[in-house]
Amino acid sequence: MTFFTELIEGLVIAWDAIKANKLRSVLTTLGIVIGIMTVTLMGTAIAGFRASFLTAIASFGTDVFHVQRFSWFFASEQEWLNARKRERILFDQVRDLEQELTLSQAVAPVAQMGRSVTYRDKKSSGVQVIGTNEQYLQTSGSLVAGGRFFNRSESDGGRPVCVIGANVSSNLFQTLSPLNETLRIGEKPFSVVGVLEKQGGLFGEMGGDNSVIIPLEQWRYQFYSRPDLTVQVKVGSLDRMDEAKEELRSTFRRIRGVRPGEADDFAINQQDQFLEAFNKVLAVIGTAGLFITGLSLFVGGIGIMNIMLVSVTERTREIGIRKAIGAKRRAILAQFLIEAAVICLIGGLIGLGIAFPISLALKSKLGGAMPFSVALMAIGVSLITGLISGFLPAWRAARMDPVEALRSE
Amino acid sequence: MSLIKIDQLSRHYVMGSETVYALRGVSLSIERGEYVAIMGPSGSGKSTLMNLIGCLDTPSTGRYELNGLDVSEMDDNELADIRNREIGFVFQTFNLLPRSTALHNVELPLIYAGVKLEPRRQQADEALQQVNLADRKLHRPNELSGGQRQRVAIARALVTRPSIILADEPTGNLDSKTGEEILTLFDELSQRGNTIIVVTHEEEVALRSRRMIRIRDGLIASDEPVQPLSV
Repeated sequence: MTFFTELIEGLVIAWDAIKANKLRSVLTTLGIVIGIMTVTLMGTAIAGFRASFLTAIASFGTDVFHVQRFSWFFASEQEWLNARKRERILFDQVRDLEQELTLSQAVAPVAQMGRSVTYRDKKSSGVQVIGTNEQYLQTSGSLVAGGRFFNRSESDGGRPVCVIGANVSSNLFQTLSPLNETLRIGEKPFSVVGVLEKQGGLFGEMGGDNSVIIPLEQWRYQFYSRPDLTVQVKVGSLDRMDEAKEELRSTFRRIRGVRPGEADDFAINQQDQFLEAFNKVLAVIGTAGLFITGLSLFVGGIGIMNIMLVSVTERTREIGIRKAIGAKRRAILAQFLIEAAVICLIGGLIGLGIAFPISLALKSKLGGAMPFSVALMAIGVSLITGLISGFLPAWRAARMDPVEALRSE
Repeated sequence: MSLIKIDQLSRHYVMGSETVYALRGVSLSIERGEYVAIMGPSGSGKSTLMNLIGCLDTPSTGRYELNGLDVSEMDDNELADIRNREIGFVFQTFNLLPRSTALHNVELPLIYAGVKLEPRRQQADEALQQVNLADRKLHRPNELSGGQRQRVAIARALVTRPSIILADEPTGNLDSKTGEEILTLFDELSQRGNTIIVVTHEEEVALRSRRMIRIRDGLIASDEPVQPLSV
């Protein structure tokens, strides 16, 4: 109860002291306001960056292997130099692989190339033309918004049909239905059988939304008969990932003629790798960003400490009175700690009050408004800043000799 | 049992290379209900004695028993507790908190004693009534006259029902008329059984007490009862 009574008294005193020195309080608080603003906005940016990346990467599918000539990430330059000598992944190899795999649900070879696509007088350039089979719908995790995906016989027969991404659809057809219309890749006409759902996000913009998907046989006929393929292998169950990967690896080694003891001449890429690499980068960006913005909060904290030292000196007599009346060291310590914490908390709340609307306004650029966790953290951080920067002044006040303190003017 | 029992109390300060002997072995005892004046010129050691009696300071040597407790060896926090419970200070310069109302100033010792809001308000109200300031309780010190401020300070000293009211030149900053009011108040408080110790260098003030202790050069020069003034 004593503690509670003293806490209330501490809050009353703190509020009185802040009111009594309005300009000073405002200026001191400003440091914390700016500090909390920068830190929370940085926190929001990092959280937004992370969230949009995770959304984007989800489209890769957690249970899908991407068998490619190269690994997505190289640990060293030497590794890259060695990998450069690897042979392409060819169509026949993929066909053999598809037949031999038992633990996988779907296997899709993928070849792609940037091309312009036209419909009547409209043209969309830089479209990814993807050549694959009917299983791509499963391996890529795409969803059909309208029409259908091309089927097995169309795929095997290399029919001139296509499924288009959401952006391609809106670019070429606007509000019209693209189904059964004919678009041209180069000169070759393709009949649109389906439209994919919009993926959105970073990878959507770069990939799926801006693509035209055609049977691989047709692709090879149109562009290049021996492309370096990516093989998407969907396992279908997260429990079997390890076995499926092992099967995939040993089978493909045999198909590719890799002798025992030799290193793989292909790479099996997974979403995890991306996530891992991304988390590393994000950790660096996050640490650096928060450190730099944290500096402004640190400067704010120094301001608080400075002003609290002045405040303690100015109020030496008051401290003497309180001690004479029976205030213990703890009570005096608490009083000044509370004052510093209140100033910082007010600063933190104001900072938050400014940063939150900014984060709303910049929502699209920051990848989302301020998450609750960041706001909560900001309040915690401002409190802690107050307690840390208030401690030295408060300690000094608590240890004052009452006789000396009462004598001061 | 004496309320205050002081035995060979001394206090010296080290100032640079010099040691100042402010108090050189003082012994005295004060009974409950006494009204004592401690007199002496400045530099006599009376302020040092007051600080020791008030538990604001600890002696270099000697023993001080207050209400049966040996306070000479206590640490900071224990002394704060003793001051809170046993001693009510009245200072020359009032020493009120300038930004707080009279009521809050009077409540302050109770806050540090951990008294809850309800009983605290009530006790503070009562103390202000005792000094006839019940109607001024929401005024701040700068809205009160010197005499009123000192009465707030006295209410603050009374509010915890301490063993001793320790007043340091209580009329020093007041004109003679208001000074007289304060001394009359002390007379009343004494009659009601409070133990009062007044530290002063003014003969007039000291003569209102029942016992006068003169300090000179850190020692007791005289300690004798005051003859009641004939009116």
